Amino acid sequence: MLDRLHDYGRGRRVFRLRILLAALVSLLVILTLLGRAAYLQIAQHEYYQGKAEQNRTRVVVLPPERGRIFDAQGLVVADNVASYQVQITPEHSRDIAAELRMLTEVLGLDAAEVEALNERIRVGRRFDPVLIKADLDEVERARIARLKPWLHGTEIVSSLKRVYPYRGLLAHVVGYVGRINAADVKRIDADAYRGTQYIGKTGIERQYEDRLHGEPGHRVIEVDALGREIKVLETVRPTPGRDLALTIDVGLQGVAAAALGEYTGAVVAQDPRTGAIRAMVSRPSFDPNLFVDGIGHEAYRALLDDPDRPLYDRATTATYPPGSTIKPVMGLAGMEYGLIDPDEPFFAGPYYQIPGNTHRYRDWRKWGHGWVDFKESVFRSVDVYYYDLAYRMGIDRLHQFLTDFGLGQKTGIDLPSEASGLVPSREWKQRVKQQVWFPGETVIAGIGQGYMLTSILQLADMTSTLALSGTRHRPWLVAEERARPTQVELSSPDYWRRVREAMRAVVGHERGTARRIEAPYAIAGKTGTAQVFSVAQDEEYDSEELARRLHDHALFVGFAPFDDPKLSVAVIAEHGGSGSGTAAPIARQVMDFWLGVEPDAEVQPEFTEYGD
Amino acid sequence: MASDRLQDTRWTDRVGMTLRSVFKVDPLLLFFISLIAMIGVVAGYSASEQSAAWVERSILRLGLGFALMLAIAQIPQRWFFVVAPWLFVMVLSMLVAVWLVGDMGGGAQRWLDLGVIRFQPAELMKVAMPMTIAWFLARRPLPPGALDVLVAMLAVMIPTALIAIQPDLGSSLLIMASGLFVLFFAGLSWWYIGGFAALSAAAMPVMWFFFMHAYQKERVLTLFNPAGDPLGAGYHTIQSMIAIGSGGVWGKGWLQGTQSHLDFLPEGTTDFILAVFAEEFGLVGLLALFALYLAVIWRGLYIAEHAESVEGRLLAASISMTFMVYVLVNAGMVLGLLPVVGAPLPLLSYGGTALVTIMVGLGMLMSIRTQRSFLGHDR
Repeated sequence: MLDRLHDYGRGRRVFRLRILLAALVSLLVILTLLGRAAYLQIAQHEYYQGKAEQNRTRVVVLPPERGRIFDAQGLVVADNVASYQVQITPEHSRDIAAELRMLTEVLGLDAAEVEALNERIRVGRRFDPVLIKADLDEVERARIARLKPWLHGTEIVSSLKRVYPYRGLLAHVVGYVGRINAADVKRIDADAYRGTQYIGKTGIERQYEDRLHGEPGHRVIEVDALGREIKVLETVRPTPGRDLALTIDVGLQGVAAAALGEYTGAVVAQDPRTGAIRAMVSRPSFDPNLFVDGIGHEAYRALLDDPDRPLYDRATTATYPPGSTIKPVMGLAGMEYGLIDPDEPFFAGPYYQIPGNTHRYRDWRKWGHGWVDFKESVFRSVDVYYYDLAYRMGIDRLHQFLTDFGLGQKTGIDLPSEASGLVPSREWKQRVKQQVWFPGETVIAGIGQGYMLTSILQLADMTSTLALSGTRHRPWLVAEERARPTQVELSSPDYWRRVREAMRAVVGHERGTARRIEAPYAIAGKTGTAQVFSVAQDEEYDSEELARRLHDHALFVGFAPFDDPKLSVAVIAEHGGSGSGTAAPIARQVMDFWLGVEPDAEVQPEFTEYGD
Repeated sequence: MASDRLQDTRWTDRVGMTLRSVFKVDPLLLFFISLIAMIGVVAGYSASEQSAAWVERSILRLGLGFALMLAIAQIPQRWFFVVAPWLFVMVLSMLVAVWLVGDMGGGAQRWLDLGVIRFQPAELMKVAMPMTIAWFLARRPLPPGALDVLVAMLAVMIPTALIAIQPDLGSSLLIMASGLFVLFFAGLSWWYIGGFAALSAAAMPVMWFFFMHAYQKERVLTLFNPAGDPLGAGYHTIQSMIAIGSGGVWGKGWLQGTQSHLDFLPEGTTDFILAVFAEEFGLVGLLALFALYLAVIWRGLYIAEHAESVEGRLLAASISMTFMVYVLVNAGMVLGLLPVVGAPLPLLSYGGTALVTIMVGLGMLMSIRTQRSFLGHDR
């Protein structure tokens, strides 16, 4: 006890000592700061006075011009255009009230605006320009120019504004720029963005921000004691951002968008020989120009609340069950694993049952297809054939083969928000759903239903791989981004031939599901439908709208010409009903344009204006 | 003496004393703080290009800050130490969460998004750290033994490290300082202090080569050669020194500063407000301002010396010295003595979260001063 008391007393003494020490240190710190201030303000005062008065310079940042974006034909799809604003410098004006009256009349300013202007002029410094109106149109500019002899303090200055001439047509590919916000500030070098207004927010604009932006320059200006410019001492010119050339062909893009028409959905057209994306459409779309100078809250709300979700990129970010379009790859897997002989007939009844189980997995054709071989199973899209194949293959091998084919993973396209899709596996289901895998789920995976999800871009890429017998090119959008191809190796090249011929029969055979799109050139493809599982409960639709929304999604993948593939196309028309009736004709129109019309032909205006 | 006065005081004084017994406040501290805040508004009006809207917002923020400070002053001080360990554990787990979650988000790790509000755990830790270390050490024999020092050091260094990797070097240093000050005032042996100093001297090159980001190094290097980077970090230092130096002894007069008004000075109303003030009010103004800061620090140390509980003593002393470090870091930066780190000048810089943290600290000082068992005694 005494010991504690002793300790307590000692602690108290130590504390008092240290408080004194702290007080002394604080005094020293404050004195040091004051000493430094005295050094700057007394000893160095003359020097800094001189710096401030005579050698007064101001550094003005010169922002770089953002690189423009072109399509494959050299059409500009993201441009910088001059935007004009009128401002008044009170000091230069002879009669500011008279000048303001003239400007008010010419520009049609209302009383509140004039009031605010007067206030700004009153509080501002006389040599600082005051903004009167931004975004002048030509008429306003001409009127002000005519009055110029009497407007001594008024001047028109220009700045560059980002413009997307094709508006909604390329909105999801090119993306848009917007004002730099707090989140952007954290991912950029603040010094490089001083003076820059815009930064890429989505799409190519975001992906290639570094290349498009450029390096800022600066100008060192000598100013007098009041801050008026005297002369320019030094100019370091900004380095403009680099222009980008896309693989997209605006003409084809316009045709694809027009072909999709009123459907929500997506079209992806790829050159299978290089992987270059020639068209990538997502409908409905939006006008990216709205975002450039900050979209109004209501307009943004309207875009977000639109049940069709126009901001959503249905080509790369959305995923859908691939449906029957997966069957060619399933057949390939069956041959590779030795589970099917393409020539061996198979009896396809109206339904399939797992041995020892009573559940019936029905074919889309109520009475079945009878005896079919592999080719017929593709061109007539026989579900039972693939139920049986998938069950015998098992989910592990199915997962392995589809993964090797590039499904269930990002294609690596140069866009910022690509979805990876999903090829389900036992491991996945255990991890995500904490459930074991059921054999029935393997059966429906065989026709691309169940958990399986792919993006339309992945389907186009898959089709290109089939078209080129296993040569895979990473899809790309910017000319310099081409990557080296890889190869899907099978034990026999004959398997590729078999699958391609079966896909040719889908269009070419008199009983093929897509026979109605048979063209003067040979198209190969596969139709599909993706089931629509549910409608969100909390949204209200009228009954007709509801009926439309319960329709299945129509899918088609295909390539042409058959012997020398130049274009592969993947189409989804949401709620389009059947792949053969809705999606396939859309693909045909896209192929027609690409193969039938001179690619160098002038772009037809009705296509390029699409998207208003 | 108190009873003598009670008998023949005028009724106004009696009302004042009654009020004081109900409404807990340290008038002297409140006086100094109010003066500093007023200087901040006056300088800010000039720095914000005479914006009435800015003054409105600034006064609103200060009003809320003062309200918070006075509210905290009403809380009995022992409650702080009931809350302290839990707050510490909570903030520490948030820091770990930010470390893990923020890592996935990439980049901005300082903010934790709780859905409704987003805030910086680092700011909360500035409050929790000295409270917790004071709470811990006050329960141990003092001066602290080797084991207690080790535990306290771990409690200081782990949050410091988590904040330093965010990266928020400025906050982590302030938090480390607030913890170490408690240890110091608890009577940490000079042997430990010497050892720690030697250790940090040895750690500096390691920090430099392995942990500091390029921009942080750049700012340190700029201190030695500001002209080397006139567009970047050096620009701030050069412009700030020109503004201060050209102000001279008497200053250019209110609203007459040229450097600050010509946009030469970046962040005039926030981190560099001292330069605006020094240009317009000169060395005389700085003398008055620094005297006020010293008065706040000394008053805090006085409160610590006269606090009745051990933890109150330690906490009050640590708050006062941390306040001193704030002033040192910002003023050192503005005067070109220390590297440019984003640290606010207490009560002068315009900024929400930092003001809240400082007001909470000052509120706790007032509570320690006034919430004592013998009310009115020894004032």
